[in-house]
Amino acid sequence: MSKLILTVDDSASMRMLLKTSLTAQGFSIEAANDGVHGLARMHEVQPDLLITDINMPEMDGFELIEAVRALPQFRGTPILVLSTEFSDEKKARARSAGATGWITKPFEAAKLGAAIRRVCP
Amino acid sequence: MSDELDEIQAIFFEECTEGLLAAEQGLAAMQGGDTSPKTIASVFRAVHSIKGGAGAFGHAALTAFAHRFENVLDEIRAGRIAPTQGVISVMLGAFDKLSDHVAAAQGTMGLPDDAASLAALEAILAGKDVAPAAPVEAPVEVAPPVVVESSAADDIDPFGFEPVTVAIEDFAATDAAPMLPVDPEWTILFAPSRDAMANGAEPVLVIRELEGLGARVTDVDISGLPSLRDLDPEHAYLRWTISLPGDVGEDQIGDCFDFVAPDSIVEIMRTSSEAPPPPAVAPAPSAVVADVPLREPGAIHDLLHRVEVASPAIAAAAASATATPAAEGSAKRDPRTADTASQTIRVDLHKLDMLLNLVGELVIRGSILSDRLSPADQQRVELPEQARLTREIQDTVMSLRAQPIRQAFNRVPRMLRDLTAETGKQVVLETQGETTEVDKGVIEKIGDPLTHLIRNAVDHGIESPEDRLRAGKPAQGTIRLSAAQKGARIVVTVADDGRGIDRVRVRAKAIEKGLIGADAVLSDEEIDQLICAPGFSTATTVSNISGRGVGMDVVRSNVEALGGRVDISSAPGRGTTFTLVLPLTLAILDGMVVRLAGQRFVLPLAHVIEAIRPEPGQVRATTPGSEVIEVRGTYLPVRRLTQIFGLPDVNTLPPEESLVIIVESETAGKVGLIVDTIDDRREVVIKSLEQNLHPIRGLGGATILGDGSIALILDVDALVAPLSRTLTRGLAA
Repeated sequence: MSKLILTVDDSASMRMLLKTSLTAQGFSIEAANDGVHGLARMHEVQPDLLITDINMPEMDGFELIEAVRALPQFRGTPILVLSTEFSDEKKARARSAGATGWITKPFEAAKLGAAIRRVCP
Repeated sequence: MSDELDEIQAIFFEECTEGLLAAEQGLAAMQGGDTSPKTIASVFRAVHSIKGGAGAFGHAALTAFAHRFENVLDEIRAGRIAPTQGVISVMLGAFDKLSDHVAAAQGTMGLPDDAASLAALEAILAGKDVAPAAPVEAPVEVAPPVVVESSAADDIDPFGFEPVTVAIEDFAATDAAPMLPVDPEWTILFAPSRDAMANGAEPVLVIRELEGLGARVTDVDISGLPSLRDLDPEHAYLRWTISLPGDVGEDQIGDCFDFVAPDSIVEIMRTSSEAPPPPAVAPAPSAVVADVPLREPGAIHDLLHRVEVASPAIAAAAASATATPAAEGSAKRDPRTADTASQTIRVDLHKLDMLLNLVGELVIRGSILSDRLSPADQQRVELPEQARLTREIQDTVMSLRAQPIRQAFNRVPRMLRDLTAETGKQVVLETQGETTEVDKGVIEKIGDPLTHLIRNAVDHGIESPEDRLRAGKPAQGTIRLSAAQKGARIVVTVADDGRGIDRVRVRAKAIEKGLIGADAVLSDEEIDQLICAPGFSTATTVSNISGRGVGMDVVRSNVEALGGRVDISSAPGRGTTFTLVLPLTLAILDGMVVRLAGQRFVLPLAHVIEAIRPEPGQVRATTPGSEVIEVRGTYLPVRRLTQIFGLPDVNTLPPEESLVIIVESETAGKVGLIVDTIDDRREVVIKSLEQNLHPIRGLGGATILGDGSIALILDVDALVAPLSRTLTRGLAA
């Protein structure tokens, strides 16, 4: 049973890139284009893993993570941040919001796959 | 696979275009004094996204530049640098370079020279440390040529990261362990912190991954387990000792601990025969031994783990299987609701065109059916319902092609900046109606005319600041760019408050160029029209900007090729306004089918005001060859299409037995057209004549009617344009 991943990123090319590279590694991918839609899609698809960008219009990544974590059914769902930012301050903020891990863009497909399997076997 | 990547990259470039637009709007707002967090964030996000995508596609120079730009924006966003006008002007410069970098990444131009811009950005960043909140005006001008030569693709390391090209197909290869000479074994001590299972993390997965690298657990310290009663199943209590073959790379081991919670203990060491070396890697931010409670006995946790790990997976899989169809169902909502408006897919324009053409054919087939079936048969086969659906499809397809005209306007601000820098003139741009939606084809084709008009306005219209002050005007000129929908037409105007058209000079030039005779008597409007004549140019020196004598006639021919028109109005000393009247769509037309001398013509319904069956004497001749019709107390000119097209007059009826269709045109106001009868009102698919024939004045195209016959579509504006204008055009051509 392939793992279902919800990716949230406001860039369509990034969503497609994620979908292409992760589908090739056997994951099933759903996508949303900002935090608000991401939260709605969480309810709809109940993914095994959430991968979210940080800088997005409407609801940003931090807010999305907090909102997802506040829901009992997603307390144990791993959440990875995928962002071009890499400051310790931002990482700490993501962690306290409830993120499981942080991956810095640009990503290498294989490493991203390995990172995903690290939280979502 | 590479096709797929190309496709994604093409989307990335579209996003760049959108991002650049958003950034430019944000910067313009900042320049205008709006430095709200929301505006700054919008610029930051745009540049940030461009950087992210550029990194993913390996555009190193673009990534590097965007990164530096983003750094400054980030400081502004955080309030550490004040967005003074000086800083914003550097931003605008950086924005232009960023646009150039995007163009370079697309291969449409070479790598830009961004050294000066980078230095200016660098100066802003450096200025922050010297005087945190003080305005940073000065460094902009005196920017030392510091640091940066980083436009070179291989020089991006100083920024602290390195773009990695995505290798989609090679993912299996990178996992292979490097072959090293026989090394001493690794020994790892792993003590997850108490809350290591929060946030969906799972320490057991770390051990599994290490096992995949050949690790084996040599010891599990269960002394931290509390009694069952005190045990919190969401807390971690165990600590593991793991040994790993010595040929596994240290990085690989470190990676496994990437997502381990802070405050966990990770010690990785080589087990040699001598004393163990100090811990090599501690990927978790801090490894504090004292945080780990290791006291109470008990041995259930590892067991609990396995149960937990297995069950959520099954539950989640089951949930996703049932949830997905529901999700699809709820997604099928009205696409126009605000909720889903931002969810878009991108479609190849050619596919849209194909769809549009097919819908056109469908409309024609519908017309043919309604012609051939009796009203009763039409009801029996529910043709009206079919027609309604067809119309809805048609509307939807048309709306797919509609785009805000902003896309054509968006290149103007930058062009103006270049122009004003080049000419030393001061110009402010005011835009209006950018959200007016126009067919994509129209937007694509008015870019060049707009460019010419703006150049023209700056070069010939707006005076130098000194001249303007002398004329009692503000030193800064204004160009107003606006768009609005009027009926089935889009009206775009470019208005400047410059010196207006110098009619004496234009006339002299036209005589000199042999465009008009020395004794020609022309009205002001006719003289203004002369500037659209091919080869006409009054610029005494050919500047870099305009004055090559190709501009205005290109504007006119481009707009006319679209089925549009250019109007010029000018007031000496007060400015010039160019009005482009464009069709809303290029494909389908709501028309009135009229019959004239045995032939059928289509009148665009947008022009039709009313149809009148004239009473005897209502149409009367004034001067020979000129007729008027009296409509509710006013007199309107009347035209006979038979005369205009040179059709045989034999079949035409006297005015009392024919119909007068009152049309309204942009050129001549209301005019009556005499036709024999009205056949029908219907939507017709415009087929261009110009692929096969020279443009014919007064004809906008042709269409196929329901019975398969061909009808010509009338171009009302050209048809009823005042004769004087027609004369001028004749002279100009």
